[in-house]
Amino acid sequence: MAEPARGLSEAHAEHHHEELSFWRQYVFSTDHKVIGIQYAVTGLAFLLFGFCLMMLMRWQLAYPDQPLPLIGNLFGPNRAPGGVILPDFYNELGAMHGTIMVFLGVVPLAVGGFGNFVLPLQIGAPDMAFPRMNMLSYWCLFLGGVTMLASFFLPTGAAANGWTSYSPLADIALNGQTAWLIGMIFLITSSLLGAINFITTAIQLRAPGMSWMRLPFFCWSQLVTAFLLLLAFPPLEAAGVLQLMDRVAGTSFFLPSGLVIGGQALEVSGGGNPLLWQHLFWFLAHPEVYVLILPALGIVAEVVANNTRKPLWGYRSMVYSLIFLGFMSFIVWAHHMFITGMGTVMSSFFQTTTMIISIPSVVILTALIISLWGASIRINTPMLFALGFLPMFGIGGLTGLPLGLAAADIPLHDTYYVIGHFHYVVAPGTLFALFAGIYYWFPKATGRQMNEFLGKLHFWPSLIFMNGIFFPMLIQGLNGVSRRLADGGISYDFAGEVAGLNRMMSVSAWCLGLAQIPFLINFFVSIKSGKKASDNPWQSTTVEWMAPSPPPHGNFLTAPVVYRGPYEYSVPGQQPDYIPQCQPPGDAGGRRAATVET
Amino acid sequence: MEIPYTVEAHPETGLNNGKIGIWLFLTSEVMLFGALFATFIMLRIGADDWAHLKAEAELNIPLATVNTIVLITSSVTMVMAWASLMRRQLDRYRLFMLATVGFGCVFLVIKYFEYTAKFAHHHYPSTNTFLAIYFTMTGLHALHVIGGMAFNFYYAVPGAKLWHKNPQWLTDRVEHSGLFWHFVDLVWIFLFPVFYLL
Amino acid sequence: MSDSHHAVDTHHVDIDKHVRTYILVFVSLMVLTVATVGVYYIHMSPAVGIAVALFIASIKAGLVACFFMHLIDEKKLIYWVLGLTMFLFFVLLFTGMMARAAHQVLPT
Repeated sequence: MAEPARGLSEAHAEHHHEELSFWRQYVFSTDHKVIGIQYAVTGLAFLLFGFCLMMLMRWQLAYPDQPLPLIGNLFGPNRAPGGVILPDFYNELGAMHGTIMVFLGVVPLAVGGFGNFVLPLQIGAPDMAFPRMNMLSYWCLFLGGVTMLASFFLPTGAAANGWTSYSPLADIALNGQTAWLIGMIFLITSSLLGAINFITTAIQLRAPGMSWMRLPFFCWSQLVTAFLLLLAFPPLEAAGVLQLMDRVAGTSFFLPSGLVIGGQALEVSGGGNPLLWQHLFWFLAHPEVYVLILPALGIVAEVVANNTRKPLWGYRSMVYSLIFLGFMSFIVWAHHMFITGMGTVMSSFFQTTTMIISIPSVVILTALIISLWGASIRINTPMLFALGFLPMFGIGGLTGLPLGLAAADIPLHDTYYVIGHFHYVVAPGTLFALFAGIYYWFPKATGRQMNEFLGKLHFWPSLIFMNGIFFPMLIQGLNGVSRRLADGGISYDFAGEVAGLNRMMSVSAWCLGLAQIPFLINFFVSIKSGKKASDNPWQSTTVEWMAPSPPPHGNFLTAPVVYRGPYEYSVPGQQPDYIPQCQPPGDAGGRRAATVET
Repeated sequence: MEIPYTVEAHPETGLNNGKIGIWLFLTSEVMLFGALFATFIMLRIGADDWAHLKAEAELNIPLATVNTIVLITSSVTMVMAWASLMRRQLDRYRLFMLATVGFGCVFLVIKYFEYTAKFAHHHYPSTNTFLAIYFTMTGLHALHVIGGMAFNFYYAVPGAKLWHKNPQWLTDRVEHSGLFWHFVDLVWIFLFPVFYLL
Repeated sequence: MSDSHHAVDTHHVDIDKHVRTYILVFVSLMVLTVATVGVYYIHMSPAVGIAVALFIASIKAGLVACFFMHLIDEKKLIYWVLGLTMFLFFVLLFTGMMARAAHQVLPT
């Protein structure tokens, strides 16, 4: 009865006595842990690359039209003659920075990486429901990434039309927009296949006793995220096909009649609507921002519960808020379009739904903060990043409120205020949570711990410099400085003093880059030389810590059975201060049964 | 290592993994075609003289009606293929599956004639927005027909070997392939009146 | 449970009844297809024409979904997922109708 029901063997069952070749084991693997690490490493590499693109942009903003020192001449006369960044190059950097950070950096790491590695382990499953499709979804991501990178080498350069690719510009632009669209189709396919896997796995493969309300909050966040990906991405895929048709087949889906470019009437049929692109794009892109934050909230919840040695406060409310948030995220998208002339009825509707959606976010953040109250807080690197996340996400969320109100949005739309807002949520928000997750689950994935000193050396400067970059953006935006200006706004009188902030912001950005070096060293050196970790170095209750570090193929030595909720910490009268989910009742020594360490 | 509930039904949901997987995939397809139908609506409402654009396109209603009958019939043969497996009639199964693929071929051939006739009259996607959305939606639909045919052919011929190793699994997979095929039929049931008759 | 390794689970399904249903549905679909085209040749206002055509198409789609796709007899989980999807589908269609806004004429 404690045995999980066994499905019948696969037709091509992997006999576990058979040695897999290097390629089948580490490259074309169907094991969710290998795939998760592939996603995570790919995501981290693209985060670094996207960050480098931004550091180039920040030079232009700090020292407009000054030659870029040392590397300026590497970009050729079309992009940076004499090392001076041209406006078109600045736009290329901007569009690709956004695209890469969102679709090739955060999502692969947060969903593909953490989701794939942790979810099956946390629910007590041997793998994902569809292991081969899991492998396929990674390679689709890889192809998408290669396409995006290759587009830089096109004669016309990569796409330079904003990550939002608005028509009509994106329809007619003579740059790598077509490659961008093809790349996006690969990336969307990857996410769709992944979402199908995550949902089926979470529903079907939970270990016996793992009821819905015993699921760790991280699993709930991945499940809701998967639904967002599944249902919101296809409209963008459709829009991408339509824009591709406009660019390649001469259609006018997004090109209105009578469009005149540079004094010449465009020779197309016309009759299209640029707003259609915006609606279809934002129908995805709004749920997408929740895809960016929900896994982060999940990670923070796990790290907070573990390091406060207390159950999460308001777990049930957090779960219901998560579900409500996921649902609402589909009906707020046009708050990105308040200035398109939709009319007051539409604006009122979307303003209202946007205000409503702030409630579940606040519930979740408040529950996490209240979870700290009366806690025995253990400070380690994951906890530092989780604690840092809380106020940073708070600032990000609060600065979103005026943007969600139609009237207040009018002066703020497309200014640096918006950039400040969303970077607060994604950079010292999501990225901090992802770092917390890396430090937290590194021992499980590698069997070794990362160095604590280097971790703190990574955290504190990152926190300071993140604020150094993004807080002034809020000020610049409130003063009316528009986004996507290659000179940082100095050509506008009203920008005045606040444009001068650019220099300090750029220095912060470059220092933020330096602050990542301890992390890179720590990450790679610890794989080989880190302190050896036990199976459960954080004394955590959740199921993944019952598996060996690192877990073998199939994950658990004995099939897990779940007896209690996910956060049984500091149960009165119980020593030690945690009871693992899989520990049989009345068996204090039982928690060692499924582990190999002594 | 075995993945649980690949064939057996999960005690709580009553479903196997593949059934959930294919329905989830179909929901994403509903959203994909939904976005395109939304595009159709927006283009139609925004056009000055949609009827004129449509008349310019000279769509062939009789051919499309035949195609509608062809696809519906193929849906019947598809579900009969699954029913044959349930009745353990492997030969009839193969016949019905190949018939389904055959009808798919007929559909594509008719579409080929429709498209080439348009091109011969210089009616391209770039000609007007009606033709643009017509070619895009029917083209994407045709790609789905090809995809469905590929899966169906695989299970009709090479993949049918699975019957001897695990008949329940083959039956389930044919059922799931059938779900995709019926969905493709469903889309056409709406495409036909929306483009040709309205 | 008996060794299901080599058997096909027909335990809960009366396949002959199903097949009879499939034939019935096929005939209905043929009739409705004729109706779809027939209605096209009857003169009516565009709005009514759209409504009738979509109504008939919905019936046909419903028959395919309920009987060929076995939706009439499916598990709750599938119903919930489809319900959510259909809601979002209609939200999307509604987006298409917001084109009205593009034609708003602002007061001069």
